[in-house]
Amino acid sequence: MSFKLASSPHQHSQRNTAQLMRLVIWCALPGLLVQSWLFGWGSLIHFALATVTAVVTEVIILEVRKRNFEVAIKDSSAILTALLLAVSIPPFAPWWISVIGAFFAIAIVKQLYGGLGFNLFNPAMAAYVVLLISFPVQMTAWLPPASIALHSADFLDSLSMIFTQYSREGYSLAQLQAGIDGHTMATPLDQLKTDLTLGMTYSESLNNAIFDNGLGIGWLWVNMAYLAGGLVLLKQKAINWHIPVSLLLSLAVMATLFHLVDGDRFASATFHLFSGGIMLGAFFIATDPVSAATTNKGRLIFGAAIGFWIYLIRIFGGYPDAIAFSVLIMNMAVPLIDYYFRPRTYGHGRSAR
Amino acid sequence: MLFVYSLFAIGLLALIFGLILGYAAVRFKVEADPLVDQIDKLLPQTQCGQCGYPGCKPYAEAIANGDDINKCPPGGEATVKNLADLMGVDPKPLDDSHAQEPIKKVAFIREDECIGCTKCIVACPVDAILGAAKHMHTVISDECTGCDLCVDPCPVDCIEMRPVEATAQSWRWDLNSIPVKQVS
Amino acid sequence: MESLLNRIKNQRWWDFPGGVHPPSRKDISNQGSIDNIALPELLHVSVKQHIGSEGKIKVEVGQRVLKGEALTHSANPFSVPVHAPTSGTIEAIDVHPSAHPSALPEMAVHIKPDGLGQWIDLKPMQDYQQQNKSKVVEAICKAGISGMGGAGFPTHIKVSPKKDVQFLIINGIECEPYITSDDRLMREYAWQIRQGIDVLQYLLNPKQVLIGIEDNKPEAAEAMRVACRDNEQYQICVVPTKYPAGGEKQLIQTLTGQEVPQNGLPVDIGVIMQNVGTCYAIADAIFSGKPLIQRVVTLTGEQFDAPQNVWAPIGTPISHLLAHAGYQPASTERLIMGGPMMGFALANDHIPVVKTTNCILAPSLSEMPLPPQKQACIRCSACADACPASLLPQQLLWYAKADDHEKAQEYNLFDCIECGACAYVCPSDIPLVHYYRTAKADIRSAQQEKIQADKARERFEARKARLERDQIEREEKHRQAAEARKQAMQADGSDAKAKIAAALARAKAKKAPSEDTSQTADEADNKKQQVADAIARAKAKRAAKQSDATIDKAQDGVSGDELSNADNATKPADAAPADVKKQQVAEAIARAKAKRTAKLAEESASESSEEESTPIAADSAQDDKKQQVAAAIARAKAKREAKLAEQQSAANDKAADNQQTDAEPAGASSADNSEPEYQQKKQRVAAAIAKAKAKKAAQQRAEKPQDGSESEAISEPEATSESLSSETDTPENEQQTAQDKKQRIAAAVAKAKARQQAKKDAQEDNS
Repeated sequence: MSFKLASSPHQHSQRNTAQLMRLVIWCALPGLLVQSWLFGWGSLIHFALATVTAVVTEVIILEVRKRNFEVAIKDSSAILTALLLAVSIPPFAPWWISVIGAFFAIAIVKQLYGGLGFNLFNPAMAAYVVLLISFPVQMTAWLPPASIALHSADFLDSLSMIFTQYSREGYSLAQLQAGIDGHTMATPLDQLKTDLTLGMTYSESLNNAIFDNGLGIGWLWVNMAYLAGGLVLLKQKAINWHIPVSLLLSLAVMATLFHLVDGDRFASATFHLFSGGIMLGAFFIATDPVSAATTNKGRLIFGAAIGFWIYLIRIFGGYPDAIAFSVLIMNMAVPLIDYYFRPRTYGHGRSAR
Repeated sequence: MLFVYSLFAIGLLALIFGLILGYAAVRFKVEADPLVDQIDKLLPQTQCGQCGYPGCKPYAEAIANGDDINKCPPGGEATVKNLADLMGVDPKPLDDSHAQEPIKKVAFIREDECIGCTKCIVACPVDAILGAAKHMHTVISDECTGCDLCVDPCPVDCIEMRPVEATAQSWRWDLNSIPVKQVS
Repeated sequence: MESLLNRIKNQRWWDFPGGVHPPSRKDISNQGSIDNIALPELLHVSVKQHIGSEGKIKVEVGQRVLKGEALTHSANPFSVPVHAPTSGTIEAIDVHPSAHPSALPEMAVHIKPDGLGQWIDLKPMQDYQQQNKSKVVEAICKAGISGMGGAGFPTHIKVSPKKDVQFLIINGIECEPYITSDDRLMREYAWQIRQGIDVLQYLLNPKQVLIGIEDNKPEAAEAMRVACRDNEQYQICVVPTKYPAGGEKQLIQTLTGQEVPQNGLPVDIGVIMQNVGTCYAIADAIFSGKPLIQRVVTLTGEQFDAPQNVWAPIGTPISHLLAHAGYQPASTERLIMGGPMMGFALANDHIPVVKTTNCILAPSLSEMPLPPQKQACIRCSACADACPASLLPQQLLWYAKADDHEKAQEYNLFDCIECGACAYVCPSDIPLVHYYRTAKADIRSAQQEKIQADKARERFEARKARLERDQIEREEKHRQAAEARKQAMQADGSDAKAKIAAALARAKAKKAPSEDTSQTADEADNKKQQVADAIARAKAKRAAKQSDATIDKAQDGVSGDELSNADNATKPADAAPADVKKQQVAEAIARAKAKRTAKLAEESASESSEEESTPIAADSAQDDKKQQVAAAIARAKAKREAKLAEQQSAANDKAADNQQTDAEPAGASSADNSEPEYQQKKQRVAAAIAKAKAKKAAQQRAEKPQDGSESEAISEPEATSESLSSETDTPENEQQTAQDKKQRIAAAVAKAKARQQAKKDAQEDNS
């Protein structure tokens, strides 16, 4: 009589890749919802667009590569990429922005490098950067939070905006961007950067309508939602603490240092931590396992370096926010980091006599 | 005057860099094996002569002088690949005439048939056959490289090549090789 | 050191990195006490059940053995004997599927129990504390005890360390899920285990004995605590449950905070670890004299009706255990020897219980689903977080898959303990451990091959050097001999000494052949028979291979080799190891002489026949088989003859070298004299043959006709050898020196031609 053979271990933990991906998606949803609540339906619509594009692209390419696409679709990694991309696109950006972005992320950044597990760069961030550089106008047309916007847009308005660039009442994007005072509103980071170049001080800039208590209105809540989701991920051990903690810490340290040196020109750490997509970046983007460092020591370096780059680019660079650039830069450094920051194997080195 | 200065500056730079390079050449000198030895290390040392040379070292010398790297059946594709890496050429498939992948074998003398002719002893490139004229010969199987060279000279065909049996120690965790259905 | 001890006293343990918490499910099988089972119909006692080398079988088929009788005896320090688990007769000594993942057949003794269970004379050693330590160690070795935790390291080696031991760690962790054999053993036989620990304590004399037990086995810990409470040196260490806390290295780290250095042994840091089962076996061996013939095996998994622990005699086939616990497996089921993390799947159920078998696991599909198809690695590093050795499993996987052995070793592949934690947590279900095992096996075999290749290279080069050296020596001798002869000949007649020497030489030369002839006759007879045998085989061979072309190709290289190597044929002894060379050289000389005389005789005979036969060859082409056989002999002889001159000179030179002043200078001088002549003759003959063959080849004739006269020639060695020896006395040096060059060229040409041609006839030639 003979039996089935398999290599040990014969027992496996129940968590698999698809579950991991779905967990991350679930944890990112609160952030997405808050974002939609504050800035309108646009993000959700883009999420839907990007998801469809990403999944279709993945199926086609896997078919071309003669791989089994069923497994690849079931692992939900394409949906996660679409989600991360959608939340970084301005809500009322035209529909083709998210379509191009999702296509680029899946086709070029992910599949051309060999599919899941082989991509050097974070697909969502690489796509975002491509969009930002190719379509700077559309990609920077952020709206003021609904609470202080002059015109509000409901779901149909949002659809209309995304597909025709005009709301049903005929308002253009520029009109929707206007705040209560009639001025065109930008993101807090944009605003601050513009004001600083105009010679205003940090505290003067904070008087602008989009700031409240020294923080951008709405953005605080978005970041809090992502922070909450991220903490759940940590609790579930879906991600390690090393990258988010070191990223936030290094950003905070940089910001505090500069703020202490010249409080008029440099914003406080709190402002930096809760502006833009920092929490999204720290917990959901930089921790993407495929393109991040893999050793614990390496992760600390990786996260800290991203924080450092974010601050540098925010302050001295041409772009208001810098998560995508920073993550991509450090993605490139991952092989180096992994090579040099290996853990000490049992019985090797230090305590081995 | 500017011309002189710049000439002087460039000359000085050249001197400095020359010194640095010279120092580096001495300080970081790489002691490399002669090419033939490096090639020889990659060859399987069966000394079988299937490449057309009387042993691995001669073939190594031939490769160093530009012969093809794909003439070593005992080494198989792995050796060809290593040689290609070393020589900086593209790996080629094994030569047609001996394209089979190697299975490690050793010679075995059916001792009751041996007439003690010593022909195999002469043929053995690594002196792995023991015996004297008119006495039975035997193969020191640990030393046998499986080169095959002793099989043909045998006038009574009492030498055969037997595949080396897998032992539990040398087992390669090839679950497929166990004659039962494998899961997954 | 003190603080370390204090910390241990206070039960503050260290932690090792990584680890996983699979559901332990020990309650399936740890409810009832250890059961005794009926004897199976046949026991298969594997000869090798431990790391090291197997012992020599000292029993025979049909022999009756008693319970506990040793079946093997250890020939070297790394082997332990195996014993008959019960009394009975030996049915067979044969290969049997081994308790190894490969299930490769290994030697086993098959015993048919007679049901009496009759013990051998047991020799307990109750007073072990009065005995010499080495005696106790010997008793442990004789009892066949090897580590029962998993690896099966011979215990007697472990208990005789060369270094001081600070900690003796008793491993009762049993961190693998499902397994409860050590658990039950500790609960029921704590006192015996304690006795075993006492013996170890006496042998090793450690500062502290730490008994490690996981906190999911409170009953076992309590039992051990009660058993050990009167000795302050013994400390029960209850450690948190985490897989693989029971790994040797991990337990040492947990209990002492120290790490075993790479490539080191625990004893390097003053630690010795023994499994509780081993302690039990030691107590059995010392206090009752019983060898290790049974062990506790856990039968568990949802497939069993009655999961339990049993005392299984070593050698019990698994099928018997399954039947005992009420399980009839279907062929598609999985059966695992060992635990779910490190156990291996059994290929069949004939495999016997061995000393390291702690568990038979028969999981249902629902409790242990088959691994799903593996997916791409997403570099999540869950494996690195789980690795107890702080390795980087995904990098290792990458290099293992790419066969990049160097890199894999740089990432410390060999520090992997194959615990399976990485594969357990992998969300992509990649069988990581399997890749590592394969890579390790590959690396080991590559290293082995490398060693062998180096050895082969060495031997090849040594051989080449030897051949060159011989060549040079031979040439040098020829030259010297020739000069000596010239001097002797040209010397003045008044040179009495030379004359006497020459006369002596001649006299001896005459005597020598006549002495040799008797031998020659014998040997010729001998040879005839062998040749006849060979011919018979050759015939068969030829019949099998009718096609000329293939034969040609196959034989091409052979004949060439033979020609070029001909002069080495007389020195087979050089193939022997160096330390017996001297003796062998002497033997070789003797053999060579005998051979020479025999061949001289044949040579002259065949020589003439060859010369006769060549003209005939041109026109006749007969296919008669009988004639072919004869032809084969003739050719063989012709070839031998062609080599002979060289052989002779080689052999004789050696003889001459060693024995110039000895009793047989004549052999040397006569041979030397004969040498040039023979060379000429041989060359001429060879040339003739070559030419003839070339012609024939051109005419596409495969057969070479011969006449049958040579066979007669063999039977007349006396006459020929005499005529030969008389010939040899005639000096022809002048001619030799004059025609030297010409001849050599001619010879070379002839040889080349002969080689070309010989391929066709090499087969026959050889025979």
